Amino acid sequence: MDITEYIRLVFSDYTLRTITLGTAVLGAVTGMLGSFAVLRKQSLLGDAISHAALPGIAIAFLITGTKDGNVLLLGALVSGLIGTFWIRSIVKKTHLKSDTALGLILSLFFGLGMLLLTFIQKQPNANQAGLDKYLFGQAATLIESDVWMMTWVTGICLVVLLLFWKEFKILLFDADYTKTLGFNTKFIDILITTFIVVAIVLGLQTVGVVLMSAMLLAPAAGARQWTNSLGYMVIIASFFGALSGVVGTAISASQNNLSTGPVIVIIAGIFVLISFVFSPSRGLLFKQIRFIKNRRDLQLHKTLSFMYNIAKTHEDIAHPHAIKILNNFQGYTRGTLQKLVKKNYVNLDGSLWSLTEEGYKTASNLYNQQTKNDE
Amino acid sequence: MSSDAKKMNHKIAVQVDDLTVAYNYKPVLWDIDLEIPEGVLMAIVGPNGAGKSTLIKSILGILNPIAGSVSIYGKPYDKQRALVAYVPQKGSVDWDFPTTALDVVMMGTYGSLGWIKRPGQKEKKAALEALEKVGMLPFKNRQISQLSGGQQQRIFLARALVQNAAIYFMDEPFQGVDATTEIAIINILKELRKANKTVVVVHHDLQTVPEYFDWVTFLNVKKIATGPVKDIFNDDNLTKTYGINYKVSIQE
Repeated sequence: MDITEYIRLVFSDYTLRTITLGTAVLGAVTGMLGSFAVLRKQSLLGDAISHAALPGIAIAFLITGTKDGNVLLLGALVSGLIGTFWIRSIVKKTHLKSDTALGLILSLFFGLGMLLLTFIQKQPNANQAGLDKYLFGQAATLIESDVWMMTWVTGICLVVLLLFWKEFKILLFDADYTKTLGFNTKFIDILITTFIVVAIVLGLQTVGVVLMSAMLLAPAAGARQWTNSLGYMVIIASFFGALSGVVGTAISASQNNLSTGPVIVIIAGIFVLISFVFSPSRGLLFKQIRFIKNRRDLQLHKTLSFMYNIAKTHEDIAHPHAIKILNNFQGYTRGTLQKLVKKNYVNLDGSLWSLTEEGYKTASNLYNQQTKNDE
Repeated sequence: MSSDAKKMNHKIAVQVDDLTVAYNYKPVLWDIDLEIPEGVLMAIVGPNGAGKSTLIKSILGILNPIAGSVSIYGKPYDKQRALVAYVPQKGSVDWDFPTTALDVVMMGTYGSLGWIKRPGQKEKKAALEALEKVGMLPFKNRQISQLSGGQQQRIFLARALVQNAAIYFMDEPFQGVDATTEIAIINILKELRKANKTVVVVHHDLQTVPEYFDWVTFLNVKKIATGPVKDIFNDDNLTKTYGINYKVSIQE
């Protein structure tokens, strides 16, 4: 199936369109909120919340007996919130660090959830099958109303984000200072956390409990590499998230119905990888290039200062010397010599070299930072 | 003596009564009573773990004391927030946060803006002026992680200057800055005092206390002494605060 045909199918086929839109919106909202989670160094919070949601799903099913997605998600929301605020109070009231508290709540709730799921499976009523789709997600079960729901939540999220942008930013950067300015930091904090919980719960059906935190973190981690502005970071993260959803859905639909959730997560991971390698200011590739360039400059400087030390001993600095005497020196090559000639620091004459006036001056001030700053 | 007498008649800018702070039932500050007169440049000195930062943070309401009260110009701190600015320790934030120097300084205007309202031209102008005062105007669009330690400290100072407060609390503003920056900062502090602002600084370098400050508080969990530098900055109080071995540490 080629791309144009696929795109036509996305617009004509109801199921494919629903899934594509759903995963795109989900990716956008988790990317947006994930930026805040990453900047608050609460990357694991998403993982804890999504795992904490599992017992809620099971309990909601046990109480109501329905498989209605919205009821189950309500259960997930409640238990996700309980887990989150439990973590907060553990960190506040005990000596435990937040990573310990997160890990503890994560495994406790997940264990309880798995216990309840196996209990449900042993129940005589045959209605139970399908709850385990919340473990790894099943995008194929998305329907139009789910997508509307996601869109509404994303919209509300966006409005709140724009309204409280200034408050969010300052809280993320310097919470103590925010408090002294008279802002209710607890309120802002709870607002951010609640939205993160809601976004995660929304994604459970599609991506599942286990992989959900990747949707939160990967787009944000990738986006951070491309910009030094919080605003652009949020925009780029939403874009990465949405694109992961669309591309992931396309791959899973065209390749014999591969499981959508994991494919989306892997695509998001690839975005992170690309960002870490190719970002111009923070990427590994350009860092390496800068490193090599600096090393070359250094070797050039070494050659120049070696020449300077020789020329210094003569009255006439332009006095020519044999190239051969440079041979013992590390870092000297034909190439570097040519470079020095190009910079007009050195004159070459056959097998002899001599420093120019400019080269002599540069060499004598090579390691003198003060004069460089003055220039 | 006449200038001291004048200061005594001055209003009390900050009054702390019976302040006690504890971490896990261990007292960090014990029954502190403190009066800071208006218009002084005051150093809080004391050894590590004496509760210097804790004192500032509890005055500012960042930490909750288990007992005691704080008033600013005779009214509770909550009602007088606009009069108070804070310079936290440089190490308390993540400098890799995606924002620029100008943006950080603008945060000083957020308090007067209140909820939801965005900073506009007026706020930007104030922030640029503050940047100029600390000599950081050429760096206004720099990402904050690409500033040196001294420059980051100046940015924090500029952020507090934008608040245009009457009382400034600073937590170790000279920590890890070079001699040039130290002089630049102390000049700004002296300018603030000239404008009759009150400045309270957590300070570590005992040798510079007489040169930089006119008021001093000795603290070591309890308050040891507080008053004009030339009256109380002496061996007796230093020994009481730092123990008998303090001279060795000064000479080094």
